[in-house]
Amino acid sequence: MKRRDSLKTLLVGTIGGATLASVSGCQPETAVDSKTETNPEGLYGRLPKEIEHDEKVKAEIYLNEHELATIAVLCDIILPATESAGSATDAEVPAFIDFIVKDIPSHQVPMRGGLMWLDSEANRRFNKEFIACISEEEIQIIDDIAYPDPDGEKPEMGPGIEFFNLIRNLTVTGYYTTRMGFDDLGYTGNFANTWDGVPEEVLANHDVDYDPEWIAKCVDQSKRLTIAEWDDDGNLLT
Amino acid sequence: MPEKIYDAIIVGSGAGGGMATKILSEAGMKVALVEAGPFFDPKDPVTATQMKWPWESPRRGASTNRAFGDFDMSWGDWKVDGEPYTQKEGTDFMWWRSRMLGGRTNHWGRISLRFGPNDFKHRDIDGLGDNWPISYDEIKPYYDRLDKMVGVFGSKENRRNDPDGYFLPPPKPRLHELYYIKGAKKMGVDVIPSRLSILTKKLNNDRGVCFYCRQCNRACNAYADFSSSSVFVIPAVNGSGQVDLYVNSMVKSVTTDDEGRATGVSFINKEDRKEYQLKGRSVVLGASACSSARILLNSKSKQHPNGLGNSSDVVGRYLHDSTGGGRVGFIPALMNRKTDYNEDGVGGMHVYSPWWLDNKKLDFPRGYHIEVWGGMGGPAYGFGFNASDLNKHVGGVVGGYGDKLRDDVKKFYGAVIGMDGRGEAIARKENRCELDPKVVDQYGIPVLRFDYKWSDYERYQARHMQDTFEELIHSMGGIPLGDKPTKEQDYGLLKPGQIIHEVGTTRMGNDPKTSVTNKYCQLHDADNVFVVDAGPFVSQADKNCTWTIMALSMRTSEYIVEQYKKRNI
Repeated sequence: MKRRDSLKTLLVGTIGGATLASVSGCQPETAVDSKTETNPEGLYGRLPKEIEHDEKVKAEIYLNEHELATIAVLCDIILPATESAGSATDAEVPAFIDFIVKDIPSHQVPMRGGLMWLDSEANRRFNKEFIACISEEEIQIIDDIAYPDPDGEKPEMGPGIEFFNLIRNLTVTGYYTTRMGFDDLGYTGNFANTWDGVPEEVLANHDVDYDPEWIAKCVDQSKRLTIAEWDDDGNLLT
Repeated sequence: MPEKIYDAIIVGSGAGGGMATKILSEAGMKVALVEAGPFFDPKDPVTATQMKWPWESPRRGASTNRAFGDFDMSWGDWKVDGEPYTQKEGTDFMWWRSRMLGGRTNHWGRISLRFGPNDFKHRDIDGLGDNWPISYDEIKPYYDRLDKMVGVFGSKENRRNDPDGYFLPPPKPRLHELYYIKGAKKMGVDVIPSRLSILTKKLNNDRGVCFYCRQCNRACNAYADFSSSSVFVIPAVNGSGQVDLYVNSMVKSVTTDDEGRATGVSFINKEDRKEYQLKGRSVVLGASACSSARILLNSKSKQHPNGLGNSSDVVGRYLHDSTGGGRVGFIPALMNRKTDYNEDGVGGMHVYSPWWLDNKKLDFPRGYHIEVWGGMGGPAYGFGFNASDLNKHVGGVVGGYGDKLRDDVKKFYGAVIGMDGRGEAIARKENRCELDPKVVDQYGIPVLRFDYKWSDYERYQARHMQDTFEELIHSMGGIPLGDKPTKEQDYGLLKPGQIIHEVGTTRMGNDPKTSVTNKYCQLHDADNVFVVDAGPFVSQADKNCTWTIMALSMRTSEYIVEQYKKRNI
């Protein structure tokens, strides 16, 4: 019997006008197919209500063009391209930030207010908005807000430091959760493989070892496809 | 058409209900399995999240829609739409519900520990709580068969209260776990290979073998870990022809006759929002400790005015969850690691510390085990937040941008290790769930109101955890991060319910005045009603509850088959 044939649920309308009193003992009779059409690519197993939620969030507009343009400049100051890796805008980090501030609304006011603070600061220093500044001018402001100020030596920079921390966090997370970021980081996982312990050359760099007694208990990967059998004392025989 | 009468109606398709479905249907009984959530198969590509990339999620796996993140395979979490629960003033219990075939077993941690001889008789040791009416020796044969039926990796260690079983071989430790082993041994904390129901070796021809993606919480499309959906329910539904599966069907109450015996269940079909009934010779509740208690409390009748099985007023009482506390440390020796190898491993820790001390010499009565996490996991939302902060511990510059920031991200990748303590709380009569007198869910069913407080037994245990974690981190050559939780913060003790090991609401016992079920998980007040989730637990042990839920469910299910054959039900 196919799985789909064996799934039972009640169909709406099969028991017209049913009430508690009148349906006592009634039986569901109709098998229905619980399978739906394959999700469009990229939906990573979403439920209908999640698809609906995501579509709604995507359709909303929060950040305006000027704010997004400023974010793009900031992202590439935070993670510019290197010889081997693309920049944050190459990894489409501004689009991620655009989405995530809508998805996690607690980011909204700090992001919007921080961007405005940045423009005010640029206006105060250079009489123009941040993105109109030349590179040296941008960096002059960024250098004042990119490091913590634990001793309160530049209290007027406090909001800027807070803001830069936020956009730096979102930029780093947005970047390193892309293929480009994985490659830059060297993360090689998320594919099927056979874990057989830390490579020798890695162990050699560390002051730890595999205890032979411990390893003797561990899986022999050459026999992983042989069906397990035990003796009566729980000793694995295969 | 004549009315269909099932031999058994099983409520809930998680660990307990899934096991019961397998045993009863294979014994030839005609079974209705009633699940409140929709159908789910870990193999179904439409709903699968396993092996997806973080960038497939626009929020990179953040927890907006699912409390444990976008890829976690639980439909429902601390909140279920339209199905609230409430709290007695001044208390805060957290209740996780997965509304789907297989329930919470689709995303659980797979930690599969037998309870030991002391765990069934702990009152004899410290005078607290109550003994179980059964012993380890009575349950051992079921644990043995469970190991072979479902599969669990582990190692023979000959520890009296952490009994060995029929284990598949464990995976080798990862690098950070070698640091943990070394640090723990140096300070006299025991550490052994972990015990998880993940197939590191072929168990049978129906299921695949682990391919080391570290994503058991996403449910395995190769059926290489235990989920009740893939291992019990789907094979039972497909195989025997004995099982009718009702999904999206929310059981409201157990119906009873004039003698007070069960006649079936009343449920809401979520699709048409109408109430229906099923008839059965027996009812097997496996809806989860709290949901089964709720169903019993909502099953009021002339014969059972206080709710079914509740002549003792014990249903919902003795609710207890594992204690939880954690700490994170930075291990400078793990900076600038070689990254060019895949360290994913299995979905969970490869090593752990079972309880290693004697409580007689301590100021709290029950133990805890330590779970370890760390390593070079796959980045998701939150990765790299405050990436350069660790510089303050090694003389580097905190903050910055550009190439310096890139270097920091890489320098500290995989250099942080975390420890979580999971301990035993004392079951107390006052800690309970009961029906809220005023609030109903969207199906008109009275909801649960929780009333649970920790005691100093748990707080002092949490204090010990924190002292131990700190010492362990130092012993590994590391630096504890964040502030150590204070007395005012209950020493970092997490909220009750938060560890998702809630048990005890229909506890078993020999005396019908102080317990809900007998030692076969059969109601004292109605001999054709059984409970196969964690409700019948008398105490929780410093272990996770799932393996014992399944061993007990196997035993109860075989008892039901016996009663069925004797025509007692």
